[in-house]
Amino acid sequence: MTMIFGIPVQALMGQLLVGLINGSFYALLSLGLAVIFGLLRVINFAHGAQYMLGAFTALLLLTVGGVNYWLALVLAPLIVGLFGAVIERTMLSRLYKLDPLYGLLFTFGLALAIEGTFRYFYGASGMPYAAPGALTGAVNLGFMFLPVYRGWVVVASLVVCLGVWFLIEKTKLGAYLRAATENPVLVQSFGVNVPLLLTLTYALGAGLAAFAGVLAAPVYQVSPLMGSNLIIIVFAVVVVGGMGSILGAIVTGYLLGVVEGLTKVFYPEASNIVIFVIMAIVLILRPAGLFGKDA
Amino acid sequence: MTAPLLETAGLQAWYGESHVLHGVDLHVNEGEMICILGRNGMGKTTTLRAIMGILRKRTGRISFAGQDMMNVPLHKTARAGLGFVPEERGIFATLSVEENLMLPPKVADGGMSVAEIYALFPNLLERRNSPGTKLSGGEQQMLAMARILRTGARCLLLDEPTEGLAPVIINAIGDVLRQLKQRGMTVVLVEQNFRFAATVANRFYLMDHGTMTAEFPVSDLPNRMDLLHRELGV
Repeated sequence: MTMIFGIPVQALMGQLLVGLINGSFYALLSLGLAVIFGLLRVINFAHGAQYMLGAFTALLLLTVGGVNYWLALVLAPLIVGLFGAVIERTMLSRLYKLDPLYGLLFTFGLALAIEGTFRYFYGASGMPYAAPGALTGAVNLGFMFLPVYRGWVVVASLVVCLGVWFLIEKTKLGAYLRAATENPVLVQSFGVNVPLLLTLTYALGAGLAAFAGVLAAPVYQVSPLMGSNLIIIVFAVVVVGGMGSILGAIVTGYLLGVVEGLTKVFYPEASNIVIFVIMAIVLILRPAGLFGKDA
Repeated sequence: MTAPLLETAGLQAWYGESHVLHGVDLHVNEGEMICILGRNGMGKTTTLRAIMGILRKRTGRISFAGQDMMNVPLHKTARAGLGFVPEERGIFATLSVEENLMLPPKVADGGMSVAEIYALFPNLLERRNSPGTKLSGGEQQMLAMARILRTGARCLLLDEPTEGLAPVIINAIGDVLRQLKQRGMTVVLVEQNFRFAATVANRFYLMDHGTMTAEFPVSDLPNRMDLLHRELGV
């Protein structure tokens, strides 16, 4: 049996894959958080609930409407994004002139309300959501079997993250977003409808969370608490990457997922805290994060 | 006689509880360049911000091209044809020079083409791929003006364009303003440097404690020197 640092290569690669999959969710979720924080300056504590809503929307679309996974992967982010837009327009937008703490408290309360409602109707236990037939089974890579669905999660996450990065860094709409992050009033004085831009940005962030939720449904099962279990780690990822940094959120998401996976191999006892230890070190050495503006 | 392109009457404005403008009356005819003079803190910048709609706590009347602007949202003010170049220039650090230039949407036909802008501001062409805030103060001022000229705005609100700049750069900005005047651009210029303003403006307004205290054509400047020395402290 081939060994690397005294660890069987299958075990190492298996945990590396688990790390990449977790990293895919971290990257998607932290990207959404970074996009929202970058423009709205809102620490969106409802992000985990929006991730859960994505998974539940896919489940309900399947059980009630017979909508398959592929269609749900498109519809659920749109539905949750629309829900996010309504929340932003009717409630969150009223808090922009107040201290950012109010936005945090509002989204925290919103998360509790959404999760509480779903727990009331569906209980706390998870519900299965089958992977689509085309993505079942596994591929023999020689040194390990790669479950097809998990490979799909990594690829889909990477494509969406790169797509969002391209949108923000390389398009005119992205230029509006970046400029509005710096000086929204001036951008509005140029004739850009910044309030609409804020609504669309929040909807995009919520939609990204929902996309991650649909991707996660066949991996982790669908549960009202699936978001709250993840959100604290995702916040740590955003802090390490640099609050509001798009590239930082993506790179750090994958990186910390892999680090967490490898820690499970080499020192399992530390695997639950390694991300937070890294966060503490980064905050001490580079308070703005690895990719933050002051770094 | 044609109606002024831009007119304010009894314009009052507040920053929070602080009452800054106490009834500003001014008018600007199409193709005219007027200059608002006054010491620091007299309300010159506030007048521009109130006209543009950046400062929303305001009363009175603002009309532009015959349209009442008081209830027009900020993003629609630009689309009506008003362009604002702030004193701090507002160059975006995360955008390149060219991205800064191309950022404001076109609001009407008749704006300068990118080629014309680069011909007018050759420094910007050379540094088109640099981050916007890596430009010198003078280049940033040129970029701030250039990006509004591209949009097709009919009236430029220009806040202290020469502040903190070297004499040679001030001369260059003066050349640009004269070219804009030749093209028929309407400009409201806020300045403390009346000697510079006299080389480009048609008329002066003198502002003191939130109101216009005098209005005179540039040809009358020699007769107003005592007033200017007294009011501006120069």
